[in-house]
Amino acid sequence: MTSKHLKFIQHSGKVVPFDRANVDTDQIIPKQFLKSIKRTGFGENLFDAWRFLDEGYIGKTDRQENPKFVLNYPQYHDASILLARRNFGCGSSREHAVWALLQYGFRCVIAPSFADIFYNNSLNNGLLPVTLSETQVDTLFRLTYENKTLTIEIDLETQQITGEKLDTIGFTIDPNRRLRLLEGLDEIALTLKHASEIQEFEKQHRQRMHWLFSSR
Amino acid sequence: MNQTLFDKIWQLHFVGQRDDGLELMYIDRHLIHEVTSPQAFEGLRLANRMPWRKQSILATVDHSIPTRNRHNGVEGIDDSIAREQVITLDKNCREHEIEYFDMHDERQGIVHVVGPEQGATLPGMTIVCGDSHTSTHGAFGALAHGIGTSEVEHVLATQCLVQSRSKNMRVEFRGTLPRGVSAKDMILALIRQIGTAGATGHVIEYCGESVANLSVEGRMTICNMSIEAGARAGLMGIDNTLMNYLEGRPFSPVGKQWNDAVDVWLSLNSDVGATYDKEIVVEINDLAPQVSWGTNPEMVVSIDETVPDPASMSYEKAETAQRALQYMGLEPGVAMKDLELDKIFIGSCTNARIEDIRSVAAIVEGRRVASNLQAAYVVPGSGLVKQQAEAEGLDEIVKAAGFEWRDPGCSMCLAMNDDRLYPEERCASTSNRNFEGRQGHLGRTHLVSPATAAASAIQGRLADVREYL
Repeated sequence: MTSKHLKFIQHSGKVVPFDRANVDTDQIIPKQFLKSIKRTGFGENLFDAWRFLDEGYIGKTDRQENPKFVLNYPQYHDASILLARRNFGCGSSREHAVWALLQYGFRCVIAPSFADIFYNNSLNNGLLPVTLSETQVDTLFRLTYENKTLTIEIDLETQQITGEKLDTIGFTIDPNRRLRLLEGLDEIALTLKHASEIQEFEKQHRQRMHWLFSSR
Repeated sequence: MNQTLFDKIWQLHFVGQRDDGLELMYIDRHLIHEVTSPQAFEGLRLANRMPWRKQSILATVDHSIPTRNRHNGVEGIDDSIAREQVITLDKNCREHEIEYFDMHDERQGIVHVVGPEQGATLPGMTIVCGDSHTSTHGAFGALAHGIGTSEVEHVLATQCLVQSRSKNMRVEFRGTLPRGVSAKDMILALIRQIGTAGATGHVIEYCGESVANLSVEGRMTICNMSIEAGARAGLMGIDNTLMNYLEGRPFSPVGKQWNDAVDVWLSLNSDVGATYDKEIVVEINDLAPQVSWGTNPEMVVSIDETVPDPASMSYEKAETAQRALQYMGLEPGVAMKDLELDKIFIGSCTNARIEDIRSVAAIVEGRRVASNLQAAYVVPGSGLVKQQAEAEGLDEIVKAAGFEWRDPGCSMCLAMNDDRLYPEERCASTSNRNFEGRQGHLGRTHLVSPATAAASAIQGRLADVREYL
């Protein structure tokens, strides 16, 4: 299965409270797993250095889980919504981080802010990044802790988060990006519909900055 | 309307709006390497697509290759998974006739060292690479974005990047750089001041006389770490220093083309009175050498300061700091200069150019690295940097001092090969990220300038390079 061009319309799932700011992509998927030339197989090494007590490498089995790491708490084993703090996904541009989150089972990350490259990578793979205010994120953390587990529904069509224990929260996302996620369209095909415009642009560009085309 | 350098480059490359409303930016140069490109080429193959303009692509191998025993080339890579990754790049470049500096090529090196060195990075260009440190190329007045693998595939197939317009941020380094303090210290000071998300959504333009006075290599060091402040790109104005650097490089235009290019390039600088969404001033008159103490690049102090106390921070920061101190094995109040080291790493796309190696050699010449160190590495940024250093005898100087002199690659900046820290080893590193595990599982990184790393190698602990001036 490829994780590309996944649609996102609505998703209902359990929230895991991931109470850290500035989570970088080196933590989400450590470098030793980037040697793979595939798009799959990253889920089992998501947050590898935090999830496990032993040092991981590709293909290692018989791992020692870190019981103190929140993803390993029994009540969060089947969580599919990651609730985090500000600047989530900073650092390296590795898209493997998004693949790892999806392949582990996450469909959505909620945070007060995201790093730009991670945000784009998420949208390109159908992992929904939801930006909420600090206060709204605080509320979700509090509800998750108070109730032991919290199940919410994220609806991209209505741009609302709902749940039994919760007042409905609205969220915003670029309308064009939203549309593309709802329809699960192939980004490249969308651009190639404009191939003649790109060619026309290229022709003018070649005149304006000809050295870019005739030098190597 | 008065425009910024960013506004002008954006306008020059704006192709149009797609049916779905998203905007397309034309890409002049696409740099690729072995780690973030295989899945993109595979995607092309599955969809029966071809690269749009293969002449725009330049490839090299850097991330996962070893930095020693390179005489056997690809076959000499012990790690079979890394070997497959390199072979895959070899195959993809051959199949699509992409210009490629492979492991045997003297021009091979870290992609962000190679592009500028070849003149493949030119002012006014749009540049992408599946690597966040693509921001490096902004030192040339080029708009350079780090992108993910889906975007690599998209640019391969369409020559365009889907991009929403960035905001403008102006950073002025005000004052004169004191002796012993370098571009690396300037950028660490900025990130310390504005934080790792301080420039999210923005392209930073670095301004001020102190920036104009820097060499092109120093400028690259600053632009390189723009991403560590969360910026989408870093940019610097186009001037004579840059022209002198570029003229005569293999990919640079020549003759009439050069003259035409220079005319256009010089017209791209920000207009007087251009407006920015955010403006920051960093005072550098009294700047001391900077050193990171924690696990992200905003956790920085001056070399003569002590490890900060979380008790003096806001609640959120305190918690993160507490965790960082624990990971780093540090106690608040300890002098940074008292921290004993295990390894020294001089290299990476931030600091592996010839001037970096010269500044290291100047300090370690006639001295020895401290006996408490497990290892000290100098990893040149490219084969050509290595050659140049050897022509100047710098390799002999650093080897005589006890450093290992390696072959070019990313090496211990991200430890994808076998250059790494072992658990709890402490390292002074000229790289760009001090994230947990970045340089090796449970390794402890202190980000510093090349000069500080050199002085620290001599003392076996974090050192103040100003004592060596």
